[in-house]
Amino acid sequence: MQERLKERAISLLESGTVNRVLGWKTGEFFYDLTPAVFESVEEIEGDFVYSPFSGANLSKYCILKSRKEGKTAVFLKPCDSYSFLELLKEHRILRENVYIVGVACDGMCDMDKVRAAGCEGATGIREDGDSLIVETLYGEKTLSRQDVLLERCKVCKSKKIVIYDELIGEQGEEVDSDRFQPVEALEAMTPEERFTFWRQELSRCIRCNACRNVCPACSCEKCVFDNADSGLRNKAAADSFEENMFHIIRAFHVAGRCTDCGECSRVCPQHIPLHLLNRKFIKDMNELYGPYQAGADMDSKSPLMDFTQGDCEPSVVYTRGGNA
Amino acid sequence: MKKLPLSALNTLFAAIAGDRMLYIPADDAAGQGAFTLWKEGMTLSKKGNTNRSAKDLFFPQVENLVSFRTEGKTISIQENREEVAPFAVFGVRACDCRSFDILDRVFLSDPVDTFYQNRRNMGTVISLACSRPEETCFCTAFGIDATDPAGDVTCWMDAENLYWRANTEKGQALTAQLPMLEEGGEEEVSAHQEKTRSILSRLPLAGLDFGFLHDQELMEVFNSPLWDSLSESCLGCGTCTFVCPTCQCYDVEDYDNGREVRRFRCWDSCMYSDFTMMAHGTNRPTQKERFRQRFMHKLVYFPRNNDCLFGCVGCGRCLQKCPIHMNIVKVAKALKEGAK
Repeated sequence: MQERLKERAISLLESGTVNRVLGWKTGEFFYDLTPAVFESVEEIEGDFVYSPFSGANLSKYCILKSRKEGKTAVFLKPCDSYSFLELLKEHRILRENVYIVGVACDGMCDMDKVRAAGCEGATGIREDGDSLIVETLYGEKTLSRQDVLLERCKVCKSKKIVIYDELIGEQGEEVDSDRFQPVEALEAMTPEERFTFWRQELSRCIRCNACRNVCPACSCEKCVFDNADSGLRNKAAADSFEENMFHIIRAFHVAGRCTDCGECSRVCPQHIPLHLLNRKFIKDMNELYGPYQAGADMDSKSPLMDFTQGDCEPSVVYTRGGNA
Repeated sequence: MKKLPLSALNTLFAAIAGDRMLYIPADDAAGQGAFTLWKEGMTLSKKGNTNRSAKDLFFPQVENLVSFRTEGKTISIQENREEVAPFAVFGVRACDCRSFDILDRVFLSDPVDTFYQNRRNMGTVISLACSRPEETCFCTAFGIDATDPAGDVTCWMDAENLYWRANTEKGQALTAQLPMLEEGGEEEVSAHQEKTRSILSRLPLAGLDFGFLHDQELMEVFNSPLWDSLSESCLGCGTCTFVCPTCQCYDVEDYDNGREVRRFRCWDSCMYSDFTMMAHGTNRPTQKERFRQRFMHKLVYFPRNNDCLFGCVGCGRCLQKCPIHMNIVKVAKALKEGAK
């Protein structure tokens, strides 16, 4: 697969179709790939990687890259393509300046899970069918690929690439996913249990803003929380609950636009399951307004941006109530 | 040298915690090592290093400084310094121990930061030599010996025992309170060190060179065209700075609640757009300048002002945690390549 991507990247550059290619660049190890812009054949030949560790979603970079002179080629996995399309819908990307190569994906791996599975000191990896053989400083270890997939890939919602100029690999379909199962588990808790769960999870937050900065739905030029004049900068929380509110407010802000790409949880250095907040909103919207997937197409309107007479009344909260 | 069977570790922790707070690395709810206030029944983390560094205990993320209150024509000023009680931290790795040398130079040189100084005075550092370094470790590049960490007390741990050596007066005073420690252990420690050294020499980043930067013309490094591509995909988050054991920048802000103004300080990150914002605006308008600042500070400015001491200890946290996997190792390697 990697060779096909590299070949295509080179031919796109050489034919003059694009001026640069956005992809994943090799690192010191097998897993530490960096999103990078490639401008020459040599760079692509030497450094371009597509591997089970190409998890980074490149769609958000297209906001700035599409404003550069000439055209940028970008490789998008199925879930990345949803983010791209949603950004396009919000007029954040100049479509004519981007050439999209859709790439089929079997799910990306989570290095933290590899480490947690007893592979500390990992220096190399080999794929063998559904197994990954990890070479470490302390010997080899065989892992099931399924066990170390990123959370979002374990519950993959779609193998369909929703926007592209060309495809590498097979086009897929939406997948019958059980991604709402963890949300249901939270809903089944008593309010006290749920409150305790979130307080404990969010108490680990160090406010590094990685979740916000990586999020394709968080594309404001200047976030209100970075603006000293807003009075909301909140560099330090007055109490521990204020810190928690940041994430809840952010989830509200991206509700209806979040495609559930899972980048927030992938990058969180403290392993906070932030995606569960967003997924709860998605589930609620599905139940209250009918099924809706952000970034699935250009025409549909987000239920929160649309009004129909059949919309539920705010009082619906009293009838839902959860497990009070 | 003293020793103690691992089965008695809990008794040791209980004794240390008798008259002070004790922090040990324990796994948090997400399974990552974190310095946690010890209580009976807590298990020592088996992780190589904690997710956040030991810096946090001496230089907390947020700290209240002072408050101002106006009544009529008088303004009263009240110091809000929290009393620091004696504490000990167990399990500090060699890299984090070195970070105190760096932080001390910043906070304990004139004018002394008395908040940090109080914690340093009240805190006893019990270090733990490494047994299983990770692929991201590169402390050796800074002349740090992971098999013989600094601290008030140095510990080693093999399959059977904990070995204990007091290094300072503070360490000796603590040792005197711990009758369960028995004499002996020199040979076992040497064997343990030997074993770890053989791993250290095989680390993928073992031969990493930072020394070349001492000889570079400062402005040449600053103006290197490489910063453009190195910073290209930086998200501008603060992960690297907040998990870093040596990042020490903070912001001082006022919180006005209408009745009083509370002045606090909190960690800041040079990766942020509002970092060191001044009346005229910012002098680092794009992520390139912010990114460059972080690495110039650690690799060039700090060593030039501090007897060639680099502002990095090779703990590898940023290598593991950066969302886009750009880090000080990649930067140093690129700069070295570019300097040829």
